[in-house]
Amino acid sequence: MAEAQLIDRAPALIAEAAAAPSQTATFAVENMNCGGCMGKIERVLSGQPGVVGARANLSAKRVTVAFEPGRTSAPKLLASLEDAGFTAAEFVAADLSAEEKLNRDFLGRLGVAGFAAMNVMLLSVSVWSGGESMNPATHDLFHWVSALIAIPAVAYAGQPFFSSAWRGLRALRVTMDVPISLAILLSAGMSLVQTMRGGHEIYFDACVTLLFFLLIGRFLDQRMRLRAKGAAQNLLRMRSQTATIIRTDGSAESVPTAALLPGDRLVVATGERIPADGVILLGRSQTDESLLTGESLPRSVAPGDEIYAGTVNLGTALEMSVTKGEKNTLLAEMTTLMETAEQARGRYVRLADRAARLYGPGVHLLALTTFLGWMFAGGGWEFSLLTAIAVLIVTCPCALALAVPAVQVAASSKLFAAGVLVKAADGLERISEIDTIVFDKTGTLTHGQPALLDAGTHEKETLQAAASLAIASRHPYARAVVAAARQLFGSVQRSENVEEVPGFGLKQKTLTGEERLGSAEWCGVSAAQHGEASLWYSRPCAKPVAFTFADTVRPGAAKIVKSLLAAGFAVELISGDRPDAVRAIAVALGIAAWRARCKPQDKIARLDELRLGGRKVLMVGDGLNDAPALAASHASLSPSTAADISQMTSDAVFQGQSLMPVLELIATARRAQRMAFENFAIAGVYNIIFVPIAMAGYVTPLVAAIAMSTSSILVTANALRLRNSKGRLAQ
Amino acid sequence: MTALTWLIPIALFLGLLGLAAFLWSLKSGQFDDLEGAAYRILEDDPEEHTPAKGTDAKPAG
Repeated sequence: MAEAQLIDRAPALIAEAAAAPSQTATFAVENMNCGGCMGKIERVLSGQPGVVGARANLSAKRVTVAFEPGRTSAPKLLASLEDAGFTAAEFVAADLSAEEKLNRDFLGRLGVAGFAAMNVMLLSVSVWSGGESMNPATHDLFHWVSALIAIPAVAYAGQPFFSSAWRGLRALRVTMDVPISLAILLSAGMSLVQTMRGGHEIYFDACVTLLFFLLIGRFLDQRMRLRAKGAAQNLLRMRSQTATIIRTDGSAESVPTAALLPGDRLVVATGERIPADGVILLGRSQTDESLLTGESLPRSVAPGDEIYAGTVNLGTALEMSVTKGEKNTLLAEMTTLMETAEQARGRYVRLADRAARLYGPGVHLLALTTFLGWMFAGGGWEFSLLTAIAVLIVTCPCALALAVPAVQVAASSKLFAAGVLVKAADGLERISEIDTIVFDKTGTLTHGQPALLDAGTHEKETLQAAASLAIASRHPYARAVVAAARQLFGSVQRSENVEEVPGFGLKQKTLTGEERLGSAEWCGVSAAQHGEASLWYSRPCAKPVAFTFADTVRPGAAKIVKSLLAAGFAVELISGDRPDAVRAIAVALGIAAWRARCKPQDKIARLDELRLGGRKVLMVGDGLNDAPALAASHASLSPSTAADISQMTSDAVFQGQSLMPVLELIATARRAQRMAFENFAIAGVYNIIFVPIAMAGYVTPLVAAIAMSTSSILVTANALRLRNSKGRLAQ
Repeated sequence: MTALTWLIPIALFLGLLGLAAFLWSLKSGQFDDLEGAAYRILEDDPEEHTPAKGTDAKPAG
């Protein structure tokens, strides 16, 4: 390692900065919100020694830094960002390059199609306005030039459609891309033949414009989804942390959790999340496993016990050995369950493709009828074939193919602004169909963190004093005290000389004696007085004060459950927690159907039961134990605090403390679906008007071009109405 | 007609030039951050922190 660095550094030392071999790193920066932040981030990074350059991307909330590996390192740069007040995390390069490449590739095709459409249209307009008075040689020349532009453009820009149609056909599925590809290829092919023969039925303009419009729809759809996915990835990165690993020589080192190997020895400090599945080697403690099991009471652990990634160490520092990577870990078990559960969702057919199943064969039948009809009527095979192809071109589902993506883009960007990231391509469609909502308890309906109970009943002075001690600790209870004091009194003062004794609590020497905050025995409270309280505060010459904690319900949860019930949804609560804890929440929120102590298998079983009863379920959950249920349900939603695997499985992720996004998501999804149907209706009317005209043989290239553009523009304009609409939930 | 034999190639050439410029700017990453670009023109450079240099140093991908 050191040798490699030396070798890397050698040329740099010789040739100075200009020839320095630079290394790059990409960071996701959570609070890069404006142009000012962007400039500041670049200045902070560029000001660091060893940095060659920094370039921030505001849309993606990421920054790429080039630096000389010998003089600085990614963790050092991250620290400098944190010092400047930005929350950042490192991104692995492979995470984003594929997406970016895809996006650029699409934009390139869009550019080529746009160029071709404009130029071919320019030539076509000249031909149309020239009419009969045009010199045949000029006429031919214009068509040849059109062909020269259109053929390569179609071959390059049409590829996404062709390959998708081909994939569909090989899997024996008719998707929307089949009629699209057929229309594009046939019109281009026929126009080429007509050009060679000096004919008039030349549709290069319609063909390329069609391609251009369709690509716009696809591009916007894809960009929106990439953006949502990128934002979701940023959120995940923000939470991933480093682990403190102990080397064989006894030295401690901080490494990213992704780099942990089975057999590594780790130290997990109080209040830290356990970075990997493993076995405890040293130390006794309690762990908060709510993210895994939904259980809100901490579990006591001792050497030899297994502990799981994602749980929080509440007690003393632990030394553990990593077992991650071996089979039979909790995560592996969940993954197996998820794989079976996910199959049902894979069979879902999107609205556009369901339409294509009817539309594709219908259109092809119409074209065939036209051909045979004209043959019988004595139109001659050439005229019959041309008319049949004209029918195919006119019915090409430009509006249909735009109808769904246009609506989805409008809906997704509206939700994006509201903090809901819709990641699954067909997520909105599935969410719009649901009639039952199943909530998980811990971390979904509740915050998933302890909060101080009855904070208002404590004396102001006591709470402030306790908080000024607590601020020195990362223990969840201490944090809850600080949060409560902040909420009541605005700010919390930090006490000097606070000492933390792991496993017991905090102490501070004052003039009169010692103030303590911690467990009952730490504060000199006997077991008999213990009661429910989990944290005590004592000071000289005063009775110890007890603090109790509980997981609190998210703000507005009761109101949201009420509106869901009022809108006619069935609402259920399925939790892995104890029955009394679940009952209390269910009663408080007015949920009649609740189940407690559910294992992941039980959750799936209940979802299956609901599905067999004809229900379409939206699962809202956050824990690792919810991941299989999230995969098994018709649609799924997670808060951004959810376990990684749950977040990745979910169709959508919502940010923030409130549950309001649940309502908003359902309302927007339903509106979007309704609008997609409206758009189908517009496209249908268009077809009813133009198909007879085409079958009668009256469609000229000019008519085709006008018809195609107007229907596309109408559909897109209709979809944009969604942006200005206020979602209201009604059955 | 003779005018057309000149004008059409010229028009096409100019069009292709525009397309090539677009593809080049796409390739050099100028379309990667449309939001940020809107703010960059408002940025004063207090010292020489040279965002341009940053672009050069930007890695492939």
